[in-house]
Amino acid sequence: MPLNIIPHQPSCASVDLQGDSSLQVEISDAVSERDKVKFTVQTKSCLPHFAQTEFSVVRQHEEFIWLHDAYVENEEYAGLIIPPAPPRPDFEASREKLQKLGEGDSSVTREEFAKMKQELEAEYLAIFKKTVAMHEVFLQRLAAHPTLRRDHNFFVFLEYGQDLSVRGKNRKELLGGFLRNIVKSADEALITGMSGLKEVDDFFEHERTFLLEYHTRIRDACLRADRVMRAHKCLADDYIPISAALSSLGTQEVNQLRTSFLKLAELFERLRKLEGRVASDEDLKLSDMLRYYMRDSQAAKDLLYRRLRALADYENANKALDKARTRNREVRPAESHQQLCCQRFERLSDSAKQELMDFKSRRVSSFRKNLIELAELELKHAKASTLILRNTLVALKGEP
Amino acid sequence: MAAEREPPPLGDGKPTDFEDLEDGEDLFTSTVSTLESSPSSPEPASLPAEDISANSNGPKPAEVVLDDDREDLFAEATEEVSLDSPEREPILSSEPSPAVTPVTPTTPIAPRIESKSMSAPVIFDRSREEIEEAANGDIFDIEIGVSDPEKVGDGMNAYMAYRVTTKTSLSMFSKSEFSVKRRFSDFLGLHSKLASKYLHVGYIVPPAPEKSIVGMTKVKVGKEDSSSTEFVEKRRAALERYLQRTVKHPTLLQDPDLRQFLESSELPRAVNTQALSGAGILRMVNKAADAVNKMTIKMNESDAWFEEKQQQFENLDQQLRKLHVSVEALVCHRKELSANTAAFAKSAAMLGNSEDHTALSRALSQLAEVEEKIDQLHQEQAFADFYMFSELLSDYIRLIAAVKGVFDHRMKCWQKWEDAQITLLKKREAEAKMMVANKPDKIQQAKNEIREWEAKVQQGERDFEQISKTIRKEVGRFEKERVKDFKTVIIKYLESLVQTQQQLIKYWEAFLPEAKAIA
Repeated sequence: MPLNIIPHQPSCASVDLQGDSSLQVEISDAVSERDKVKFTVQTKSCLPHFAQTEFSVVRQHEEFIWLHDAYVENEEYAGLIIPPAPPRPDFEASREKLQKLGEGDSSVTREEFAKMKQELEAEYLAIFKKTVAMHEVFLQRLAAHPTLRRDHNFFVFLEYGQDLSVRGKNRKELLGGFLRNIVKSADEALITGMSGLKEVDDFFEHERTFLLEYHTRIRDACLRADRVMRAHKCLADDYIPISAALSSLGTQEVNQLRTSFLKLAELFERLRKLEGRVASDEDLKLSDMLRYYMRDSQAAKDLLYRRLRALADYENANKALDKARTRNREVRPAESHQQLCCQRFERLSDSAKQELMDFKSRRVSSFRKNLIELAELELKHAKASTLILRNTLVALKGEP
Repeated sequence: MAAEREPPPLGDGKPTDFEDLEDGEDLFTSTVSTLESSPSSPEPASLPAEDISANSNGPKPAEVVLDDDREDLFAEATEEVSLDSPEREPILSSEPSPAVTPVTPTTPIAPRIESKSMSAPVIFDRSREEIEEAANGDIFDIEIGVSDPEKVGDGMNAYMAYRVTTKTSLSMFSKSEFSVKRRFSDFLGLHSKLASKYLHVGYIVPPAPEKSIVGMTKVKVGKEDSSSTEFVEKRRAALERYLQRTVKHPTLLQDPDLRQFLESSELPRAVNTQALSGAGILRMVNKAADAVNKMTIKMNESDAWFEEKQQQFENLDQQLRKLHVSVEALVCHRKELSANTAAFAKSAAMLGNSEDHTALSRALSQLAEVEEKIDQLHQEQAFADFYMFSELLSDYIRLIAAVKGVFDHRMKCWQKWEDAQITLLKKREAEAKMMVANKPDKIQQAKNEIREWEAKVQQGERDFEQISKTIRKEVGRFEKERVKDFKTVIIKYLESLVQTQQQLIKYWEAFLPEAKAIA
């Protein structure tokens, strides 16, 4: 269904971005069509590179992925944490539910049907908003990073008016990507097992152990937070038929229970909305945050892997040099190769250290912000619930 | 005084129709009720027949059915009208034990010495007065608790014994507080007896809790898991509500079977209630036959009130069932939410352990603790959802079935009257024929038969009017009870929801500074 939305507030609150104003990127509009979402990426910049100070282009999800992969494959950025790619927009589940609702269930009254439809539409809208936010935050992190923002592909992405002609990965490429990941994990395991390859730096040793465990646990927490959120939504949906049945009971009664039932019906309707808000707040402040840092910690792990690879290359170069020296053959090329590896490794280590420390401070401040907001929202909803419950109780008790 | 009383439903010394007895119970139970026909008549006839509903006093605190309040009530019984006179003795001790092994004397007739001693007729008035007062909606001075489920025996012969505690100031009971041990089949037996005596004359007898072969088997086999504890608790609460409802009925309260159930330390085992017994099957067959009969009775309804009420109850039944289904879903999902919250709490704790930033790590552990407490809250709320809301609905669904049954009995009563009229007509025709044929001996016989059937027609009409009158009163009382019941429980349920929210506020307020402390 075509769905227009203009996000007017700062995007994904999961990430604390402190970009300066010389390059501001946002997704000013988005349209959902049958199979795809079209994002309008708006840039405001006074950088000399751009032809105008303010301009927009339309991009689809595949183009974001292309940009991400370009960064990942670029050797220059090997020492940096590449912001995780936004997840593919997925409305499947939501669409299916709407369709099932449309197919109809005769036992459901018209009001119940309207409410359920409303709920599903709100869900669809929420998913849509989230996907916009994820895409936006990806770009904004790039724009905020001193090195990444200067990438040529990034400029093209932001400015080039035409379609980037980036098709989705075909099967061979997908398979290739899949295999590459396996090779990478195997490689990493191999490297760490390699004799002679000792982690010389305590900092990185700690980071490695930390990230491996952290990533697993945050993934777990994210999945379970999702389940809590879904259970909450389920609960909220349960109030719909309860409210409807109470309404019918109330209208049929001829005695004092009439008002009681009708008031109760109204109460459950309002409780339903509150429960729904609790669910969506838990989703945004908790689930989404955990999910984002799950991806970000994966990106950090990737960085560590690249550094480890560089270390292995360095070690290998050392060995090759020794061998060349013993044989006294091809010493010069071996020497220069070893020097290159050394420089690369050291460069990576330095930048990785900085990146990992940034990651930590980003993570801490983001968790802080979200946990505070979560607690405040939970309090707000609990207080609102208490109020409407109390009002209903007063009304019920006050009756003869 | 006795003359003023309406004759009890069973005017004869015998049960009227065998098939009217519920559950094919034996005959002697009705014999007992006959003896009630003298002074302690079930009908407080001094009350205007219909006007109970006119008295709407405030909600009786004694009606709180579903919580642990039973400790608070009736710490000491009031003794203003506690008379126990020797005049009551003949009534009590001359009761034959109904086809069962003799029971230890129910009421040791040691009169509680209070200042007053009154003459016989007035005494009966006193106890009836208490009941009448109670029926007017004032405090019903009797409180029942079912507690302490205890497994007795082993293996498939094992059963649960429940303690039934009665606290009362009514003088019909010899003590003000007493308790006995009963098993589930005892409750079923009690219901059986009450139903067989009162249902077919129009009294709405509260149904007993349902049997559950699966649930009970688990308990017998000794599964100590949470599902069997839940089952036992569910049953205990249901038994308590059942007794509370039964004693609230002014007529049933006076029934000696009920009193025996509450008071006597030994009760003969009610065998007809065994799950798959022969009697059980007979009952099923009878019910089926009943259903068929119901469909074929076409009654000329002269009173629109009955039609209206039946329709009302039909609608109510449907709506309650719908609501019940939805509430069951709510209970289920809340339990799921609780389980998911517990799982999340654990993973949050693990995450906190991994986190290497100290303050954040601490905050995450606190979050885990909050979520654990919230899980507890959800569990408690699920209990409230179930025991207050869901069980109330299922109780009333079964109560309405009893109400419908009573209306059906009225139809059957009408049919009987109708049939008697038809037979009378036939007998008159037969007599006319005999007159023509001039057969003097047959004529005499015919005249005898006519007299017999005239009496039956009269009786039929009286019975029909009686049952109609009783039903009107009963429905009035039932509706009044229903309103009070629902209002009380709804308020309690909402209060439980408030409690949950307030706890949530407490927990999150405690957490907030922890989150802010992350530096």
